[in-house]
Amino acid sequence: MTGEDVPIGEDELQAFVDERLDGPRRDAVEAHLARHPELRERIAAERRQRASLRAQLQGKAAEPIPARLRIATLQAARRARLARRMSLIAAAVAIFVVGGSAGWFANGLRPALVAQAPTTAVAQGAAAAYRTFVVEVAHPVEVGVAQETHLLQWLSKRLGHKLEAPDLAPFGYRLMGGRLLPGGSGAAAQLMYEDTAGKRLTLYVRAADGTETAFRFQQDGDAATFAWIDQGFGFAVTATASREELLPIAEAVYKGLAPKG
Amino acid sequence: MADPGALLEPLIPALRRYAYALLHDHAAADDLVQDTLERALSRWSSRRADGELRAWLFAILRNLHIDAYRQARRRGTEVEVDEVDHRETATRQEAALEARDVLAALEQLPEEQKSLLLLIGVEDFSYEETARVLGAPIGTVMSRLSRARQRLRSIVEHGPVALLRRVK
Repeated sequence: MTGEDVPIGEDELQAFVDERLDGPRRDAVEAHLARHPELRERIAAERRQRASLRAQLQGKAAEPIPARLRIATLQAARRARLARRMSLIAAAVAIFVVGGSAGWFANGLRPALVAQAPTTAVAQGAAAAYRTFVVEVAHPVEVGVAQETHLLQWLSKRLGHKLEAPDLAPFGYRLMGGRLLPGGSGAAAQLMYEDTAGKRLTLYVRAADGTETAFRFQQDGDAATFAWIDQGFGFAVTATASREELLPIAEAVYKGLAPKG
Repeated sequence: MADPGALLEPLIPALRRYAYALLHDHAAADDLVQDTLERALSRWSSRRADGELRAWLFAILRNLHIDAYRQARRRGTEVEVDEVDHRETATRQEAALEARDVLAALEQLPEEQKSLLLLIGVEDFSYEETARVLGAPIGTVMSRLSRARQRLRSIVEHGPVALLRRVK
């Protein structure tokens, strides 16, 4: 009785039913079943039923995929939904920016290029948020009704200004939407833009200490950031671009934020 | 980033088969598969980037199915319209007829036993992969698989009525 040495386990019987047992253990199970007719009957029935189930369901998997389940169909429907949402967002979000008045350093002059600590913090926050969300395919922006309320409450509380998003169309970027993020001791907002090639740019705003107006450049892997602080707010423009490409955009954003007259 | 279509479409036939075997309804099965694919697309960037796409997708489908079943129960729409038919057809059939009845017998099993038999026996999931879909340890998967097969066999051989009597 050689097979008795290593007892057959139930898991091996199941693996045998599934035809996943090879070599000596398979032989051992077969020998064991040969000696136990009742068990042999049971295992044979389980194998038969497994085969029947497979056979009965085989036709289902052989059917062609219905049109409504093709990934291209689903993606097109998804894009249409997102575009609808986006246009709502673009209208509602009109977020940011200070068309306002007070304290914007007038005349559209950009600040001097100086590195300062609070600017660094803003730049790092912006770069981190950029890295996190710019690769996001499903939810690059998240300004539904709830967030919009949040965003507007937060902004009006902090700024007391009517806000609008800077127009970056001259640079080929159009607004996708925005999201609210934790930033510093309070909240931060991120506006995302995209060009026709799918390249993304973010504008990041949060409360920040200080009233300095220095432009700070930070390179962070592929991502370049220009950050500055103005009237208690830190702003940052981040994109996968060179310093030379990004600078005019940052200047335009800065001017766009400045009062128009 | 890899194109989701190229990775997902080869798995759709198996997803449809699994959904159909869970629901016994072609249209409802395709609805479930559609929900699964939509959820997969919306979470595409957050999926684990290793070779577990199949287990991930089947887990999404199964969780959606379980959620829908729970919701249906809460709404009190539990239906078992063709129960009588199954009793009749599942009684004392020999091998030739047994083949036809296994799918009907499967319908009598609880969801987890169905999933075990389908994922392992039909979709050729490894025991490890199945454990991931079910969120259970592999040892549990093995022992529950054994019980599921015994239960299925009882239903095929004796019919659900006899089974209930024997269990009590």
